[in-house]
Amino acid sequence: MISRRDFLKISAFASLIGLGGAISINALEKKPGKNVLKDINALKGKRWAMAIDTRKFKTQEDFEKVIRACHKNHNVPEIANPLHEVKWIWTDDYEHSFPGTAEHYISKDIKERKFLLLCNHCDNAPCTRVCPVKATFKREDGITMQDMHRCIGCKFCMAGCPYGARNYNFLPPRDYIKELNPEYPTRTLGVVEKCTFCNQRIDKGLLPYCVEASEGKIIFGDLFDMNSEIRKVLSENIVIRRKVELGTQPMVFYII
Amino acid sequence: MYDGWKIILGLAVFVVIVTLPFTMSVGKDYVKPEPKIDTPEIQKMEKKQCIESKQYMRETHIKLLYSWKDYATREGKRVYIASDGKQYNVSLQNTCMKCHSNKEKFCDECHNYVNVKPYCWDCHIEPKVGGLK
Repeated sequence: MISRRDFLKISAFASLIGLGGAISINALEKKPGKNVLKDINALKGKRWAMAIDTRKFKTQEDFEKVIRACHKNHNVPEIANPLHEVKWIWTDDYEHSFPGTAEHYISKDIKERKFLLLCNHCDNAPCTRVCPVKATFKREDGITMQDMHRCIGCKFCMAGCPYGARNYNFLPPRDYIKELNPEYPTRTLGVVEKCTFCNQRIDKGLLPYCVEASEGKIIFGDLFDMNSEIRKVLSENIVIRRKVELGTQPMVFYII
Repeated sequence: MYDGWKIILGLAVFVVIVTLPFTMSVGKDYVKPEPKIDTPEIQKMEKKQCIESKQYMRETHIKLLYSWKDYATREGKRVYIASDGKQYNVSLQNTCMKCHSNKEKFCDECHNYVNVKPYCWDCHIEPKVGGLK
């Protein structure tokens, strides 16, 4: 018969061995790879922002070119039904782009303009706060990014976004892509997607597709860099943002 | 032994059920999975070497891919430095599948054998048979 004291001793040592075993097993496990680093060519910024010069967008073709560049390269499906459509960048009129701030007596020219709309990459993004699985989150450089592997398709972020920038894949997206870009993945049925500020291009030192395709009509840069082009443009022109009253701090500015 | 026949019958049924996985495969030919690396891209290489050693890739490729996903989407880190110092673009479609352009003969060969169904290809585009593009 072992005494109470001996029993406690034995169990204490046994649990120590157990703990040590777990640590040594974890230490022995091979770590994947040696190291993963940032590209040295990557654009460096603390808060990426975009200024869209609405004065320079004149014809339908100007918009189409930008939208096509984005949607084609990111394998965005073309679905005609507005209930199921998926869009990363699109257009709308003045009244619907800037409700609340819509100045009734603003010049007719501005009222009749079309505006290029996309995810605003808000500094205080409501979508990232409501996501229950942290599939959407803020990158350090201010991009509102998404991890499609994690998205469970709960659509909370769509309800949270005041700009309608998020779309749910109600239909299998591959069926609606005319020409696949083999360099970029598609999405799958049942996930939410939106513009990612072309983070994959920024990480390689390239500007977003829309900025490139706009030929100077869209200015992209670091808002926290005092000497950046975007700061210069913002200080020299009259700019408005969408639904600032909500406090989301949108990072897309419209020069009017 | 009371109710001996019930006990023995029960044991017999138990043994049959437990050994089903073995008895079911009796007579079936064992087909060893043989992932092929005879793609034009790999044939061109002087030293046929993946980003890490064969054994390492065999054991941990899914962990490696999973860590790549997190590095690229979460941290924006897209350059992998292999054990031999070489640099690779962190991308399934643009790095792995550029060489292993034979998904059906490479990935599926083992995955089908062990009956795992990774959902990579729901989103990631698999290379077209006979080389990309």
